[in-house]
Amino acid sequence: MNVFLQSVVNALQWGSFYALIALGYSMVYSVLMLFNFAHGDIFMVGAYVGLFVSTALVGLGASGVLALPNWLILVLTIILAAILTSFVGMLVERVGYRPLRKAPRASAALTGLMIGIILQTGNLALLGARRRSFPTLIETTTFEFAGVTVTNTKIVIVLVSILLMIALHQFVRRTKWGMAMRAMAYDFVVVPLMGVPINTIAALTFGLGSALAAVAGILFGLAYPVLEPYMGILVGWKAFVAAILGGRGSVLGAGLAGFLLGFIEIFVALLFPSTFRDLIAFSIVIVILTFRPHGFFGEAYSARLRL
Amino acid sequence: MSRRVGRLTVLVAAALVVVFGAAGCGATAEQAVIKIGINAPLTGDIPKVGEGTKYAAEMWLEDIEAAGGLEVGGVTYKVELIIEDNESKAESAVAANTKLITQDQVLAIIGPQASKQAVPAGEVANNLECPMISPWSTNPRTTKDRPWVFRACFLDDFQGPAAAKFVTEEFGFTKAAVLYDVASDYPKGLAEFFKAAWEELHGPGSVVAFESFTTKDRDFSAQLTKIIDSGAEFLFTPQYYDEVPLILKQAHQLGFDKPIVGSDSWGSAELVNLAGEDCYGCFFTTHYAAAGATGATKEFIDRYEAKYGYVPDDVAALTWDSLHLIEQAIKDTGGLTGDIEADRKAVRDALARIKNFQGITGNMTFTEEGDPIKACVVVRINEEGEFEFYKFVEPE
Repeated sequence: MNVFLQSVVNALQWGSFYALIALGYSMVYSVLMLFNFAHGDIFMVGAYVGLFVSTALVGLGASGVLALPNWLILVLTIILAAILTSFVGMLVERVGYRPLRKAPRASAALTGLMIGIILQTGNLALLGARRRSFPTLIETTTFEFAGVTVTNTKIVIVLVSILLMIALHQFVRRTKWGMAMRAMAYDFVVVPLMGVPINTIAALTFGLGSALAAVAGILFGLAYPVLEPYMGILVGWKAFVAAILGGRGSVLGAGLAGFLLGFIEIFVALLFPSTFRDLIAFSIVIVILTFRPHGFFGEAYSARLRL
Repeated sequence: MSRRVGRLTVLVAAALVVVFGAAGCGATAEQAVIKIGINAPLTGDIPKVGEGTKYAAEMWLEDIEAAGGLEVGGVTYKVELIIEDNESKAESAVAANTKLITQDQVLAIIGPQASKQAVPAGEVANNLECPMISPWSTNPRTTKDRPWVFRACFLDDFQGPAAAKFVTEEFGFTKAAVLYDVASDYPKGLAEFFKAAWEELHGPGSVVAFESFTTKDRDFSAQLTKIIDSGAEFLFTPQYYDEVPLILKQAHQLGFDKPIVGSDSWGSAELVNLAGEDCYGCFFTTHYAAAGATGATKEFIDRYEAKYGYVPDDVAALTWDSLHLIEQAIKDTGGLTGDIEADRKAVRDALARIKNFQGITGNMTFTEEGDPIKACVVVRINEEGEFEFYKFVEPE
C-alpha cells in the first residue's frame, strides 16, 4: 500500500469535519465578534437530529408506508436535520446571546460554554448515556487503486464538505443576505443604523453555522457510527483552533485551516509515535500562530469577512 | 430586603436542622442494617458496564430480601445497597468511595469496575480501611500493597500473556500489532503486558507496530495505516466498546482482513450492537462465556435474561460473584459488633481467608495481594453475533 497517498485520503476525510465546524465558528465571529463555544455541541445535536430523522425514514420504509432508496434517505436526512438544527442554533442565539449583546465579551463566551454544558447534559438526561449507533445509509464499497483504499463513504464526506464550503462562499458573496453579513462584519455599529436588521442577520448567521454543523454531524455519524452526548467537545475545540488558524473572521480560511489541521494530525501520527500526536500537532499550531498571529487570512485590525 | 435575607437564613437553618436531624436519627434507628456500597459507571464512557453492575446487584439484593435478610451469627440484618455513579471518571470514583465510606458508613464496597477508576478509588478504600472488591479491574495496581482491596477477576499480567499464548498456539503468528489508549490505565497496562509476553515468545522486535491514541479519539486511520504497512499478522486491541466498533470498522475499510484479538473489556452486550458484522470472527480473552454455560452460571444467565431482556456480560457475572464473596465474608465473621471500623476489619480478614470459592466465573482462591487464581476464557464472536466459548487458557 502507498502509505503517503493513503494518509492524504485519511486526512481529507478527517479535515472535512474540522472544516465544516470551523466555518460556523468563523461566521459568528465575523458578524457578531464573539466565539460561540456551544458550537461543538450543536454539532452533537445535529448528529443526533440526523440519527432520529434517518431512523424515522428507515422505519417508514420498513413499515411499508414509504419505501425510499438509501441515497434519498441520506439526502433528506441532511436537509431536514440541517433545517431542524438551524432552529436550535437560532434558539441558542435568541436565548443565550441576544440578551448579552452589549455585555462584556467574556460574559458572552461564558454563556457559550454554559449552553454547551446544557446541551450535553440535556441530551444525557433525555436519552441516557447509552451509545447510539448511526444507521448504515451507505452500504460501504471499497475501491482500491494506486495502493490506496478508499470507501464510497469517504468520497461522499469529502465531496459534500467541499461543495458546502463553495456554496457558503457563493452565498456570502452573491446574495443580498450575504452582503448584509459582510457589511455587518465590516462595521458592527454603523451598518445597523443603515437599516440592516441586526437581529435577523444574527439569527441567519447562527442558523447557517448550525446547519453546517448538522451536516458535519451526520457525515461524522456515517464515518464513526458511535454517537454519545460528549462527542462534540473535543472535535469542537479542535475546530475552534482551525478557525483561529484560518484567521479570525475568514470563512474560507477557516475551511482551509480545518483541512490543514486534519493533515497535521494524521501526518504527525504517521511520522512520530502516535502517543505524541496532539502534543506535536498543537505545538505546530503554536509555531504557526507565532509567525502569523492573525492566522492565514485574518487581519490585525478588523474581523472583516474576507472572501 | 434585609428582612427577606433574614427569613431566608431561618429557612436554610431549619432545613439544615431537618436534614441533619433525620440523618442522626437514621443512624440510631436502623441498627440492624448492613449497607453495601456500589461504585459504578452509570453514566460516562461505559454506561452499559454500570447498568450490568446495577442489575446484578439488584438481583443479589432480591435473593437476600426473599430470604428475609442476611443472617450473621444468629442475627438477621436488613441489607441496603447504596449505588453511586462514578461517571466513568477517576476523580468521581474517588469522591464516590469517600462518600460511601465516610458519609454512608458502608460495611464494604463493590466496584469501581474499570481500572481507570478502580486504581485511584482503591487507594481511598485502603487508606480509610474499608474492604473493597473490584469485580472487573484487571490492572495489578488496583490491589498491589493494598490489604483492604480485592478483586474478582484475573489480572492483566496474566491476561496479556494468555492472549499472546493463545494467538501463538492457535495461528502460529510471529508478528503482532497493538493499538491502545495511552491515556487509560487498563488498555495501557494490558498493551504493555501483551508486548512483553509476545517479545518473550518471539524475540525483540516481533511487535512490529505499537500504536496508541488518547481517550475520545474517533479517527484511527493514521495508526491503522501504519499497522497495515508494518506487515503485522494480527491486531491486538485491548479497548472498550466505545472505541472497538470504530477500530474494527476503520480497519476493515482500510483493507485489513487479518484476525483482530481483544481483551475482557470487549465482553459487553453493547459491542455487538454497535459493531455489527465488523466484529464477527474476532476473538477476545475474558472471564466467562455466556454461550455454552452450565450449572449455576447458566441459572444466573437465564434469570438475568428473563428479568432484563438480554444476556448478561462478564461485568454482571463478576459483580454477582463479588457480592457473594462479600456475603460469604460477612457470614464468616460469625457476628457483627455494630462498630463499623471493627466490622470492616472482620470482613476484610474473612475475605482474605476465603479458599476455593465456587463462583459462576470459576473457582477462586485469593492470593496475599487479594487477587484470585482462576483460568482465562477465550471467546470467539460467531456469525450470529454471540460470544461463544472457544477454549481455556490455564494459569501456569
